[in-house]
This record gives sequence, structure tokens and C-alpha cells, in this order.
Amino acid sequence: MEKAIKRYAPIFVLPTFAAFCIGFILPFFQGLYLSFCQFTTTKNAKFIGLGNYIRVFQDESFLDSFGFTVLFALVSILSINVIAFALALVLTRDNLKGTNVFRTVFFMPNLIGGIVLGYIWQILINCVLSIVGKPLLALNSTAGYWGLIILMCWQQIGYMMIIYIAGIQNVPEALTEAAAIDGATPWQTLLKVKLPMVMPSITICVFLTLTNSFKLFDQNLALTAGEPSHATEMLALNIYNTFYFRAGPQWKGLGQAKAVIFCILVIVISLIQFKATHSKEVQQ
Amino acid sequence: MKKKLLSALLSVAMVSALLVGCGSKTEAPANDAAAKEEDASAKEEAPAASAEGGSVYYLNFKPEQDEAWQNLAKAYTETTGVEVTVVTAASGNYETTLMSEMGKSSAPTLFQVNGPVGLQNWKDYCLDLTGTDILGELTSDSFALSEDGKVYGIGYVIESYGIIANKTLLAKAGYDVADINSFDALKKCAEDITARKDELGFAAFSSAGMDSSSDWRFKTHLANLPIYFEYQEDGIGATDAIKGSYLDNYRAIWDLYINNSTCAPAELSAKTGDDSRAEFLAGEAVFFQNGSWEYGNLTADGAFTDDDLVMIPIYVGAGDEANQGLCTGTENYWCVNSQADEADIQATLDFMNWCVTSEQGTKAMAEDMGFVIPFKKAVESPNLFVKQDSAYTAAGKKPVSWNFTTMPSEEWKNGVGSALTAYAADQSDANWDAVVAAFVDGWASEYALANGQ
Repeated sequence: MEKAIKRYAPIFVLPTFAAFCIGFILPFFQGLYLSFCQFTTTKNAKFIGLGNYIRVFQDESFLDSFGFTVLFALVSILSINVIAFALALVLTRDNLKGTNVFRTVFFMPNLIGGIVLGYIWQILINCVLSIVGKPLLALNSTAGYWGLIILMCWQQIGYMMIIYIAGIQNVPEALTEAAAIDGATPWQTLLKVKLPMVMPSITICVFLTLTNSFKLFDQNLALTAGEPSHATEMLALNIYNTFYFRAGPQWKGLGQAKAVIFCILVIVISLIQFKATHSKEVQQ
Repeated sequence: MKKKLLSALLSVAMVSALLVGCGSKTEAPANDAAAKEEDASAKEEAPAASAEGGSVYYLNFKPEQDEAWQNLAKAYTETTGVEVTVVTAASGNYETTLMSEMGKSSAPTLFQVNGPVGLQNWKDYCLDLTGTDILGELTSDSFALSEDGKVYGIGYVIESYGIIANKTLLAKAGYDVADINSFDALKKCAEDITARKDELGFAAFSSAGMDSSSDWRFKTHLANLPIYFEYQEDGIGATDAIKGSYLDNYRAIWDLYINNSTCAPAELSAKTGDDSRAEFLAGEAVFFQNGSWEYGNLTADGAFTDDDLVMIPIYVGAGDEANQGLCTGTENYWCVNSQADEADIQATLDFMNWCVTSEQGTKAMAEDMGFVIPFKKAVESPNLFVKQDSAYTAAGKKPVSWNFTTMPSEEWKNGVGSALTAYAADQSDANWDAVVAAFVDGWASEYALANGQ
């Protein structure tokens, strides 16, 4: 059986691989080339060397949005994973009724698109802000920041929870029973037995939340659109604004160079994270 | 451990499969649109291969007129046999759509830019229109967009904006349109209505929303007035550094808008263009700053008739108010793609010429689209505000020209918009200083960014 799978592996891989090449590899290298060019449309690119990259680091708005993105990523990764894990723990308990209903309910926000969520939360948050007499989202970068965190938590916790549930359910009962017999408290069982055993899930969840928060775009665009004056603009939105809302060919290459740096940044950070958490996984 | 990872991966795969399933549902309309577009381009390519002449691909800027353009294109194909494809970009997405369409093998042959600043982006693609028939049809050379002695664009529609007033409500408040002939009169009227707001049941101005669907009315259109008066005073038509001589007037009119509105000034940041229009339609406000393009929306379904509405100039207390007209101009310039095939270029020029000279074309542009076109053979438009503009001009009032096409960049407008919004929420001098900074300093820095390398 395993042999047969191995033999046909290339065939199974082919469609995805082709899609990956056409949809990612090819545009990536084209984009890489364009980041060294000045252009209006991709057809009339003129090679200008490293100028765009030099300008990226002179662009304060890019560095500001990088700072904002890091700040956002830290808090959202932490809160999403902690809450999702806690929920997963609760919803894997045997004595709780209706766990399936809860799982579905928590997962549901994930089914709504980011733009729609962004606008819904914009209305909700603005409403709350106007009731408590605080400046609305368009003038309030603190509210924008926390709004984004709340929005992302609300959307992603359910998804991560499902992954954690799968991980927790796979912890062999023999281990938890043995721990109980040895007199471990539930807290000790959680930290010393369950946590190490679900490390693979943690690796995946942290990876997903990390890349999601760095690449966040729709929610950012819909909820705050970077207001007030770019204070809540994240990296992806900054690139988008540079590329599309600046007139003149000199901006397109700059936006493209930002995008390349952005891409490399996300890859490097997530690889480091993957290595770090992966090494903590234990063999059964 | 391997098993763990595998099961975790599987659950991810399962969940994402679920997501993909659901995701495609929301994307369905987008696919639909794409399919339609493909359909359209297929239609366009078919005759191009067979017909001897070229074909026309017009990327239309105005979603309100999409249907009228489609009909006109069909009519043109029926009479001449030349295929015309009209694709309309979604509102606010013209630049992005144009950019991606221009990269295709069948690029638009006819597109538009919004003025000298917009032209910078597309200059390499704009055909020099000097000597073409359509250029000769223009009623005035001022409607041609030229640079370095070459004509790159032709303004094809003239629009006006001002303060649209509900005459019925105005009469109820005890005022007549004729009385409102200066900033002081407007201020007196608006503040009186606000004072009696509860008794009258309506406010003076509809909400000056600063949501992106509405903020252009103030960061661009209203900001045109201080720029216009400064240009007039200095006798210039563009500048690399604005002085802001009339910003106190800008503040005065903005104060008037936000403090005599349907809602509290702090709430303006979230109000949309639809909110503002709905308030005006519902009779909750007397005044509504907008332009002739709103005529269709205001008179649709018999909401208002021509007798209910009037457009008055935006008085800011500067210049010769007795002789001030509406703000009239254009930011819609037709450009022909210079990199298209020779035959397609000719077909496009013929089509443009036909639109503005033939009986059918001029009639469609005036009646179906409600445009005033600056061409010799133009038919009179039924649009009330457009007629009023002519009446003002005929009465010897001088229209305020559209100088916002010289604003250095979108970023400048956004900066002014943000500062205006912050000021509306808290009307302190410090916040107004931020508006002035965004206006004056922002102009200089954005001008340098937009024109430097």
C-alpha cells in the first residue's frame, strides 16, 4: 500500500505543484524583477537597479507600519493561542454536554470573510465608542489597534481551537491515567503531559497566527483603513497604498520592493518560529 | 510523534477544505464579474480577428452611466459595424482596474485621467491628439488637457457643484433662495434654522460625513475654494507651494457645515455619503453640498421635482460674492491609448467623434447620461443643476473653476481629510493648525514627492 502511494506520488502532487508554480513561483520572480524597475504597467518596466530598495528604508511610513504590525502580531498571537487552547481544553472534557454545538459556534466566525467582518466590527466598535463618548475609530488609533486584535481573536480562535482539540484528543489516555495514578494534579498533568504532547498542534497554530497577523490586509482595510493618518496601517496595507494610490511610475517599483522585503520577512520569521517550536516537540 | 503531526496536519487540511468550500460562496459574485468580463473580452476579440478595421475598448469611469454607454456602444456597432466594448470599473477602483487592464494584450483603447496629476501616471500611454477631428469640436481649448505643447486628453463632460437646497424646507423656515447671496446670509440662515431645529423638525446641513464615500466632498471639492481664491489673487493656475491665504474662510464654512448639521460633529467621522443623501431625501436637512451628478439620485422615483431643488454657489466670504457662480469644470479627460494597434486607434477616434457630433451620440450623452459636453454640436441636458449653471453664467456670474485637479496627490487629500475629521470632533485652534499644516506643508512635501524622483 505504502509503496503504491509512493509510486504515484508525483501524479498526486502535480496539480498542486503546477498551481503553486503558476500562482506563486512565477509571479514571485516576476515581482522580484519588477522591484528593480520603474514601471506603470508590468509590460513597460525599465530597469533602474537598487534605487527602490534604498527608498524603502527612507520611507518612514513603511517603518512605522512595520512597528505597528510587530506590536499587533505579538499580542494577537499570544491572545489567540492562549484562548483557543483554553477553549479546546474545556471542550474536550467528557462531562460537558453539547460540546459539538459549542465547537460549531466558536468556529462559525471563521466562515465570514475578512472584509465583511471588518465592516461589522467597525459599526459595533463605533457604536460603543460613541456611547462612552470617545473619538470614533477614524480618529482613535488605540481603539483601532484593540479593535483589530478583538476582531482577529474573534475570527481565528475557533479555527485554532479545532486544531488544538484534535491534538488534545490524541493524547493517549494511558499517559493521563498514569499521571493521575502517580498523584499528579490536573494542573501538573496539563503542563507536564498534555502540553508537550500537543506541541505539534502548537507549532502549527503559532505558525498560522504568526503569518496571518503579518499578512493581515482585509480586516485592516475594512476596519480602520489605516486611519487616523496611517497610524493603524499594517505592512500589507502600506504596500497596497504605495502601489495603487500614488500617481507616477516611481511609486510602483517602490511598492514592489516593499512587497519583496515583506515576503522575505514573513518567510524568515515564520521559519525561525517553526524551528523553535518544532524542536520542543517530544517523541511518543 | 509523526502520527501527531499527521493528524494535526489532517485537521488543518480538513478545516481548510471546509473554508475553501465556504469561501467560494462569497467569491461567487466576483467570479461572476470576471466571467462577464471574459465574456466581454471574448466578444471584443471575435470581430477584431475577422473585421478589416479596428475595434474600440472603452474603460468607463462612471458607474452611473454604465447602462447608457452599453446602449450607445450597441447602437454604434449597429450603424457602423465596428465593435465597441465598454467595461466600467467599480466605483473608486478606476486606477487599479486601468492598471491591470493596460497590462493585458487587449488593453483599453479609450480610457480617462482626472487631470494634470493623473496624467503623470499615464503620459506614456496617451496619444497626442493634436490635429484630430474631435479636438476641433471642442467649444474651448481650456477643455483640452495639454502638456509640453501636446494634447493628451479631452474633457468630455462638464460638471458643477455647489450647495443643493430644498426650496420647500427653506420656505418653511421663512427664507427665500434669492436672499442667500453671500456667506453672511448663508450663515445667518443656517444658524437660525439650527436655533429653531426642534420647532422646525429639520437641520440646516445634511451630515458632512468623513467616511471615504463622502469625504471627497470636503477634502477635495470644498478645499477647491480656498485654492481657487488664492490662485485668482496670485494670478496663477497651479503652484508647487500653496500659501493658504484663504484658509480662514475654509474654516468658517467648515464650522458652519459641522455645527449646523443633522448630527453631532464628533459623529461625522463615520457618516457615509449615503447617510448624507438619505437625510436630504428624507427632508431632514435643507442644504446638501454636492454636484450635478446627484441629479439622478435626487429625482429618482419622484423623490424631488425640479421645483423643489436649487443649487447655490458655495459662499466662503471671499472674492466678489455678488458675482460668484457654481463650481464648474471637469476632471474627466478622455485619452487614447497610444500603444494600441493603428487600426484600433483610428476606430477609437472615430467612435469618440461620433459620440460628440452625431445626433444619436449627442442625444444619448445629454439625455441618457445627463452630461453637459463641451462640444459644438451638444444637445441641451435636462439636468436642472446644469441648466442652473448656464443661467448663472448668463446672468454674468463667474463660475469657480476646478483647481483640485492641481492638488499634488491623493495622499495630500487624505492628510487634509484626516485633519478635518479630527478638527470636527474637537474644534480647537490646535486642531485647526493641524489642518493648516496638512494643507500648506503637506502641499509642499507632497509636491516634491510627486514630482521628484
